[in-house]
Amino acid sequence: MPYSPLLVKPMREELTVAGIQELLTAEDVDRWMDESSDGTALLVVNSVCGCAAGMARPGVRAALENGPRPDHVATVFAGQDLEATAAARGKFPDIPPSSPSMAFFKGGELVFFLPRHRIEGRSAEEVASDLTTVFAEHSGVTA
Amino acid sequence: MGTFHHGKHELHGITVVVDTDGPEIWVGRCDDILDDKVILRDADGHRDGDGGHGKQQWVERASKFGVWAKHKRLVVPRARVTSVRRLGEVG
Repeated sequence: MPYSPLLVKPMREELTVAGIQELLTAEDVDRWMDESSDGTALLVVNSVCGCAAGMARPGVRAALENGPRPDHVATVFAGQDLEATAAARGKFPDIPPSSPSMAFFKGGELVFFLPRHRIEGRSAEEVASDLTTVFAEHSGVTA
Repeated sequence: MGTFHHGKHELHGITVVVDTDGPEIWVGRCDDILDDKVILRDADGHRDGDGGHGKQQWVERASKFGVWAKHKRLVVPRARVTSVRRLGEVG
């Protein structure tokens, strides 16, 4: 059962205030994937989970602030926006669902995935470092 | 926003590898570790040698992307458990 919208509001805003587009429906996800197929794109699967999401969100923000930024960045909220999350996971069907997690696409192809267990127990700086490296690698910039 | 541990084991909510003294090995989200059992959520397991893969090979594969949730809740008797470690620390 989804958490109260009031509870998750600040968790959504932690990403949206950083300019990350929120995808609320399956149509939003499909449209965003189509639009982002011309470049690099990061899709963040947000989550209430305090064990990992508490580090994932600031990690994403730090990576976007400090390194080369993907051409497109969006988020879906697992456990809240069920249809959008299912549609997003449908873009990488061979990977077991996990949240929070992050998928990085280049030219519409998945080239990097950061699952929840690679976020758990790590600092926001460590998460940001992983992302910054990937962003740089795929934008042709040295991290 | 803090984690809702509710007095559970410090690994509550963390994805762990639970090895046993038998052929089974499990990966799942730790719910709790008690005197007599380890409780996992959204877990999957492997029997040593199945599909030609040993325990270590299976865990290394799981460490890349995670596991499919084949057991919503799984209880492993503590007496059978030889180790519990974070999946994120594998590989």
